[in-house]
Amino acid sequence: MEFNAPAGQNLFDRAKIVGKSTPRIDGPLKVTGTAPYAAERHGVAANQAYGWIVGSAIAKGRIRSMDLDAARRAPGVIAIVAATEHEPVGTSDYNYAPLFGGNEVSHYHQAIAVVVAETFEQARSAAGLIGTEYDRVDGSFDLASSKDGAPLASEGGSDFAKLGKFEEAFAAAPVKVDETYTTPDESHAMMEPFATIAAWDGPDLTLWTSNQMIHWGKQAMASILGMPEENVRVDSPFIGGGFGGKLFVRADAVMAALGAKAANRPVKIAMQRPLMFNNGTHRHATIQRLRIGAERDGRITAIAHQNWSGNITQKEGENGTLQTPKLYAGANRLIENRIAQLDLPEGNAMRAPGEAAGHLALEVAMDELAEKLAMDPVELRILNDASGTVPGDPDTKISDRHLVRCLREGAERFGWSKRNAVPGQQRDGRWLTGMGVAAGYRAGPTTKSAARVRMSADGHVTVETDMTDIGTGSYTIIAQTAAETMGLPLESVTVKLGDSSFPVSSGSGGQWGAASSTAGVYAACVNLRRMIGEKLNFDADAANFADGRATLDNQSWRIADAGELTADGEMNYGDFKDGYDVGTYAGHFAEVRVDAYTGETHVTRMLAVCDAGRILNPLSARSQVIGGMVMAAGATLMEDLHVDKRFGFFVNHDLAGYEVPVHADIPHQECIFLDTLDPVISPMKAKGVGELGICGPGAAVANAIYNAIGVRVREYPVTLDKYLDRLPPAA
Amino acid sequence: MPLRMKINGEARELELDTRTTLLDALREHLQLTGTKKGCDHGQCGACTVIVNGERINSCLSLAVQHEGDEITTIEGLGTPGDLHPMQAAFVKHDGYQCGYCTPGQICSAVSVLKEIRNGVPSHVTDDLAGDIGLSNIELRERMSGNICRCGAYSNIAEAMTEVAEA
Amino acid sequence: MRSFTYERARTPAEAASAVATMRGAKFLAGGTNLLDLMKLEIEAPSHLVDVQDLDFGEIADTDDGGIRIGAMVSNTMLSAHPRVRRDYAVLTRAIQAGASGQLRNKATTAGNLLQRTRCSYFYDTNMPCNKRRPGDGCSAIGGSSRQLGVIGISDSCIATYPGDMAVAMRVLDAVVETVTPDGSTRSIPIADFHRLWGDTPQEETVLERGELITAVTLPRPRGGKHFYHKVRDRRSYAFALVSVAAVIQDDQTGQVAFGGVAPKPWRVPEAEELLPQGAAAVVSRAFAEARPTDQNKFKIPLAERTLAGIIADARS
Repeated sequence: MEFNAPAGQNLFDRAKIVGKSTPRIDGPLKVTGTAPYAAERHGVAANQAYGWIVGSAIAKGRIRSMDLDAARRAPGVIAIVAATEHEPVGTSDYNYAPLFGGNEVSHYHQAIAVVVAETFEQARSAAGLIGTEYDRVDGSFDLASSKDGAPLASEGGSDFAKLGKFEEAFAAAPVKVDETYTTPDESHAMMEPFATIAAWDGPDLTLWTSNQMIHWGKQAMASILGMPEENVRVDSPFIGGGFGGKLFVRADAVMAALGAKAANRPVKIAMQRPLMFNNGTHRHATIQRLRIGAERDGRITAIAHQNWSGNITQKEGENGTLQTPKLYAGANRLIENRIAQLDLPEGNAMRAPGEAAGHLALEVAMDELAEKLAMDPVELRILNDASGTVPGDPDTKISDRHLVRCLREGAERFGWSKRNAVPGQQRDGRWLTGMGVAAGYRAGPTTKSAARVRMSADGHVTVETDMTDIGTGSYTIIAQTAAETMGLPLESVTVKLGDSSFPVSSGSGGQWGAASSTAGVYAACVNLRRMIGEKLNFDADAANFADGRATLDNQSWRIADAGELTADGEMNYGDFKDGYDVGTYAGHFAEVRVDAYTGETHVTRMLAVCDAGRILNPLSARSQVIGGMVMAAGATLMEDLHVDKRFGFFVNHDLAGYEVPVHADIPHQECIFLDTLDPVISPMKAKGVGELGICGPGAAVANAIYNAIGVRVREYPVTLDKYLDRLPPAA
Repeated sequence: MPLRMKINGEARELELDTRTTLLDALREHLQLTGTKKGCDHGQCGACTVIVNGERINSCLSLAVQHEGDEITTIEGLGTPGDLHPMQAAFVKHDGYQCGYCTPGQICSAVSVLKEIRNGVPSHVTDDLAGDIGLSNIELRERMSGNICRCGAYSNIAEAMTEVAEA
Repeated sequence: MRSFTYERARTPAEAASAVATMRGAKFLAGGTNLLDLMKLEIEAPSHLVDVQDLDFGEIADTDDGGIRIGAMVSNTMLSAHPRVRRDYAVLTRAIQAGASGQLRNKATTAGNLLQRTRCSYFYDTNMPCNKRRPGDGCSAIGGSSRQLGVIGISDSCIATYPGDMAVAMRVLDAVVETVTPDGSTRSIPIADFHRLWGDTPQEETVLERGELITAVTLPRPRGGKHFYHKVRDRRSYAFALVSVAAVIQDDQTGQVAFGGVAPKPWRVPEAEELLPQGAAAVVSRAFAEARPTDQNKFKIPLAERTLAGIIADARS
């Protein structure tokens, strides 16, 4: 199915199932521990052996030797695949750091061996017997000292853009902000580690793994192992969190495949947690300079956002500028995104790559500007709202935007009028209290997505697509979409996901999954309706499907009477979308209290008001948003991979050292969805929200801390050591 | 070493490496994979099970330490067709997303309500001599040993409150 | 984790003797710290003597009005005990500020005293560490040290004792009771129990090989208001940046000890005498010899401000 023009009225505008809060259909499996995650699938392959990955002890250099004898002789050991005895595996389009092989070490904890043994305990123990000698070489591990002279991340595109005359306009602006913000390296720290069971059957490789993008994984494994794609099968029905960390196959999959080949047995690997932080990818640290100039009435005349990050092989990076061309008006603009070469582990996508870090800078700079203008920060944002076309790209139309409503309704619901604009003035016993606001923008992309729907003789419909559910609620919204389109109750739909033998979907990432995968399922269901119509002799496109029947012109057919049918469908998107910016918008509000003695911060309230078109399942969409708010609060308050600039690695590489929010940190959270529709995105008129939730709340928390204590910290995370000496004296 | 335990009411006998943790005994040897391995170092709570009535991290316990013990895992609380009230409340309140930490959260949630009933104080209990209430922060503090990276905390607290007040 | 043999001791003497005579033997109590370290091969015992069946699970009143806490009493049981809540509230507060509910159910009184440091370099066996391999050097010095010690540290090691319970026990003047392999017993004031690192950071306590903790006794309650304030980056389930245990009387005198700053709970009697003069006087005396890094120098003003908050609460 082609989507070549904005959607008109369609069946989703009369929906009975789509758009209704629906408990997850996979919920009973998850709460009883019966949902099968990658490393626990005992039944898929007999005789599974256990693999244990050894990580490099140096960040950069060469392996001089590996002594494998003792490990090979250890009890239970079946096989060892070691870097020194193995050619470097191939690369894929998705990774920059090599995943295995050869003597060259490109980052700390890069996989250098896998030990396969009869039991987990034996594999782990034998791995400790491998003696490795290295020639360590110096590397570049410090972003601040590597950023000068760093090139643009890519030529043109979103990495460099000028509009009007920024320098002149900024110089002439009567009110201006010029500040630099830093955000640290962060880890996805999903709860399920990288995990794979790999089994070979002749030339065929099956990976029961934990991966967000099944087709990418299949392509990548073929490319990495130098084998035909059709010989690789990837299966991930349940994924214990990804957040971007499982967009691409990781060392667990590669080493399980190599280990299984060497052992001639299926091999299971769940990467040990202490290896996850340096072996996997992470969100890159950034340095961001914001310059905003405004008239005295608050109208922005000049805005520049410059961003620096670093990465291995100097690729990609964390582009903090992404939201800046979209959010606020202003005639004179500059965007620059530069990348330095670093020898730390590979930085790559983590939930809202770019924007999550970018809002922490832009939305604090806006707060600083509001204070200089003596203006309410909500009103400043509203005054500079954009309409019609994208401020940083006037050739591009805005599809549907209600940011002002998000901010107004949020302010009303949050009791924003009670905020004291003068910071450091609100005291409740030993607590200094404050409120903060931030706007949020995150693109609402779509990508082609396919599905297969099978109707059985009794009219039950089964959907198959290689779409994944990484906690996002895909199972349920896909079931809702199929049930709605086919006119069936939700119970009459079964959803099967995550298997590369199913039609290729959008996968889960970049907040595109919900919109794209449901549109693909809709396309397949429309084809199934047409097959039913042909079988029973009616015009399916004109008929109304409800209650297991199709109705047209006073005639009615029981759809099950069409018999067993299977329909494939795919949603493709036409060029018309290129003329639009499809975005999601939010107003984020936070309230904090800061201990006037110790500087400890507690978040006491959080609210998001979101504009993301039709909300397919408000129950799980709300969970997506509040989950993003939790991760955003973590980014502001605690999350920080400490770089050892001598040895070149993330020091706090476990879940005790890398602190993420716990229950006690997070209060009751509110999330409101505006009742909007975006006809440009898809027939569903629904945009994703999985990343919108992390775009802005962190800045709202940071602004609330400033409002509470009157000290501005521009170096994230905003921990008490950075402002303790500027708190009021503790007599 | 030989080992006998009662797991979800059923007597089980195993022959295990002394190094095998209770968690790996459950997941790998008994194929009770509802109990999850998130960190294997007591830093996440995904492996929480109830031993002799008290919740512990099964990853930081050797199986051989549990000779004769009674162990309840998530599989022992309820099944998809017959959910424990806490499991049902998690579904209703969407107290999860990816689901990986969920069995541990539920084993903790059930235990936390019992600990409060038994009068065990917490870090946020103001009055050590008085009754302990079911305030939101009491629940949150006690649940803090169960990390949920998807950030379902707000919903989990609501699910627990509903069960506690039922 | 290396292979090991396992036994359950039936008597304290048997346990002590087994560990004293078998090379590479260690006691196993709750295991929440030891197993963590064994998985990383930071600890690699060849034999474990499980002491869970020993009769150390009780809390009893002592003749002088104090209490005797069995070595195997769990953190949860100890913190919830009615007398502890009433008479030694600082101990309840400290225990409940540590770890998580699951860990407190398993962790024991003796094991918690022996909890090893959380220094990230100690935990990464690729990094030089004098505590793991004496003479190897300390990679924390000059590295990531925000969480590490500011006082009582040495050129060999800047790690801290990470626990909370012992900080409260320090202000309560607890005494650690042990049995030695020859069957004799000794009583070690908690002030003397943990060692400063000096040139031998691998030696963390004064316990001798095979010496088994049997109990911890607390003297008669000293009244006063009890406080334990643990400051950390997240609100629960995290190690302290700084913690302060204090017992403060109506006349503003009292006892105070600091956690998260030193190889042991940090209590300086001469500093404590300055309590009536306020937090600044106490902390400047208690931390007079501090040698912080740029990353952790905030711990000293944080200790002062935390104590100031306690003193203010005590007055109100």
